Amino acid sequence: MTTTVYVPCDSGALCLGADKVASKIVEEAKNRNIDINLIRNGSRGLFWLEPLVEVSTDKGRIAYGPVQPHDVVSLFDAGFLTAGTHPLALGLTDEIPYLKQQERLTFARVGITDPASLDDYLAHDGYRGLKNALILSGADIVKHVTDSGLRGRGGAAFPTGIKWNTVLNTVSEQKYIICNADEGDSGTYSDRMIMEGDPFVLIEGMTIAGIAVGATQGYIYLRCEYPHSHKALNTAISKAYEAGYLGDSILGSGKKFDLEVRLGAGAYICGEETSLMESLEGKRGLVRFKPPLPAISGLFGKPTVVNNVISLASVPIILDKGGEYYKNFGMGRSRGTLPIQLAGNLKQPGLIELAFGVTLRELLYDFGGGSASGRPIKAVQVGGPLGAYLPESQFDTLVDYEAFAAIWAVLGHGGIVAFDDTVDMAEMARYSMEFCKIESCGKCTPCRIGSTRGMEVIEDIIKGHDLNKNIPLLRDLCNTLLNGSLCALGGMTPYPVLSALNHFPADFGIADQADAA
Amino acid sequence: MTGSSPINPNVQTIIASLKDKPGALLPILHGIQDELGYIPAETVPAIADALNLSRAEVHGVISFYHYFRDTPPGKTTIHLCRAESCQAMGAKDLENHVKNRLGIDYHETTKDGVFSLEPVYCLGLCACSPSMQIGNEVYGRVSAESFDSTIEALS
Repeated sequence: MTTTVYVPCDSGALCLGADKVASKIVEEAKNRNIDINLIRNGSRGLFWLEPLVEVSTDKGRIAYGPVQPHDVVSLFDAGFLTAGTHPLALGLTDEIPYLKQQERLTFARVGITDPASLDDYLAHDGYRGLKNALILSGADIVKHVTDSGLRGRGGAAFPTGIKWNTVLNTVSEQKYIICNADEGDSGTYSDRMIMEGDPFVLIEGMTIAGIAVGATQGYIYLRCEYPHSHKALNTAISKAYEAGYLGDSILGSGKKFDLEVRLGAGAYICGEETSLMESLEGKRGLVRFKPPLPAISGLFGKPTVVNNVISLASVPIILDKGGEYYKNFGMGRSRGTLPIQLAGNLKQPGLIELAFGVTLRELLYDFGGGSASGRPIKAVQVGGPLGAYLPESQFDTLVDYEAFAAIWAVLGHGGIVAFDDTVDMAEMARYSMEFCKIESCGKCTPCRIGSTRGMEVIEDIIKGHDLNKNIPLLRDLCNTLLNGSLCALGGMTPYPVLSALNHFPADFGIADQADAA
Repeated sequence: MTGSSPINPNVQTIIASLKDKPGALLPILHGIQDELGYIPAETVPAIADALNLSRAEVHGVISFYHYFRDTPPGKTTIHLCRAESCQAMGAKDLENHVKNRLGIDYHETTKDGVFSLEPVYCLGLCACSPSMQIGNEVYGRVSAESFDSTIEALS
C-alpha cells in the first residue's frame, strides 16, 4: 500500500529546510523499497513545528515536527509511515490544541490540500461559491457579501459589500478587480500563506467579484519579495484556465473573467490602493488624491474593486454558505473571522484564525506560549509598521476593530509582533520614522519632510539633547503628519511613534507620563 | 532616438513581447532585470521609444522602486530583513555580523563581485525571524553561524 506523506511547500517551511527534508524522505523510502506518495501541502501555520511532516493513516493525519533532514532515517526506523512513536511525534494533527481551538473559514483548506491540485480543491468544497454565484444576479451576490458583514482585511476595514455595490452601480464598458497582494506590513504573512497554500480560493473569490460587479479583467498585484507565491499563483491560474474556471465563458456560463499576476518592485507605498493602481499603470507609485474613489474611477480611470487577499479569499465561503453563516461569527461590527499572525519574540509563532473577540493576552500566552527568550513581553506592535505599540496593561484588549480604535491603536491586517524587555522603544520610534522616510512616495510634504525631521528629532532625544524642547516638537510634528498627510503612510507613522512615547516614556529619558506631555 | 549604442537582442525581444500589455512598463523592467540582473542605462531609450514615453519618465520609474537597479549586482544578492519582527529576534546583531563578514554596507557589492547586500522590509517569514533571501531561496531563524555556513556554501 502506498502511504501519503505531506511536507509543506510554504515559504515558512522552506526557509527552515522543508525541501531538504522532502528529498531525504523520498531518498530513504527508495532505499527501503517503500512506496510513498509525497504531497507538498501548504503550512498548517504552526511555525515553531515547521518543517511539519504529516502521514496519512486510517485514524487521520499524524504529525511529526520540527523535522530536520538528519531526523529522517530515525523516523523511518520508528515506523512513522504507520504512526510509529518517535520523539518528534505530535499525534493527530487535528488534535493539536493550537489548531483544534481555531475557527478556520478562510483557511479551511490551507495545510490540508495540495495547492497545485485543482482536483484536491474541488474535493474539499472548492468552487461551490462560484457555482452559486453563477445562478445569482450581481446585486444578489453583492447582497450576500454585504450581509456577511465582511470588512476589508487589508487594514482599513471598509465594508466590502459597499465597495462592490458602488462598482456594480457605476456604468462602464470596462471594470477591473484588483487583488492587493502587496503584503508589505511587517509581522503579517496570512496573504502569503493563502497564495502559497490555497491559491484557488483567491482565484475563486476574484472570479466571483468579477461576476458580481461586471468586471472581466482581474489583476493580482503581488510583491516581488514573494517568489514562491508568484509560482503558486501562476500554476493555479493556468490550471483554472485549462479547466474553464477562468476565460471567455466560465463553466460555460457565457461570463468572462481573465486574471493575471503583476509584480511590484519593492515599494511599500504600493500597498496603498491608489499608488498600487499607478504602479499597475506603469508609473511611479505616487498616491492619488481621493475623490474620485477607485470604485468610480480607478485603474485606467475605470471603476475598480481593490480588495486585499484575505477579503477576496473569504468570499467563496460566504457564497457557499451564505452571508448569514459568516456573520454569525464575531462580535459587534467586526463580523466573521480574522486570520491573526503571531510573530516576533514568541515561543509559538503562527497563524490563528478565530472569530473576532479573543483577547490579545490569550493570543500571546495561550497560543503564543509567551516570549521565545523567556523574558517578560514588554510591548507588542499590532497591525504592521504603522500600528501602535501596546504595553502589558493593554493586553486584555479584544481583537475587534472598534476596541482597538478606542485605545488609539489599529488591528490592521492582524499581525502581532511581540518584543521582550530588551527592546528600546525610543529606538523603535526612530525606526518607524526611518521606515516612513525610506518608503515615502514624496508627493505630500508632511510625509516626505516630516519623516526625515522626525528621525532627527528622535535621534536628538535619544542623545538626551533638550528634551524639554524636543519632546513637544516631536508631538507637534506627529500632529502635522497625522492631519496633513495624503495617505496612511505619513498619516499613521505617528501611531507607533507616539504610542512608544506615551507608554514607555522612560526609554525616551523622561521619568513618567506627566513629563511626556 | 538615434545614435544610442546597440542593446542586447534579448532585451529587444522582451520589450517587443510585452510592450502591448496595458501598463507594460513594470513587466518590461522586471523582464530586463531578470535577464541581465539590472537595467542598463542604454536600454532606457529603447523602452521609452516602445512605450511612447520620455526617457525621463522611464528613468523616474526605475529610480522610484527599490527593487530595480541600474548597476550590475554581485553574483549573488542577499536580501536581509530589517523589519520589526526580525528586530525582535536579533536582526540588528545579525545585520552587524553580515556587514562585517562581507565588509560592505547595504546597497554595496563586495570587491570580488560575489555578494551584493540589500535591506528588505519583510519577507513574510515573521514567524521564522530573523529571515533573509538569497536569490529565490529563503532562510529563517538565521544566526551568525548559519549565515556564515550558508554563504560559505555559495562562495
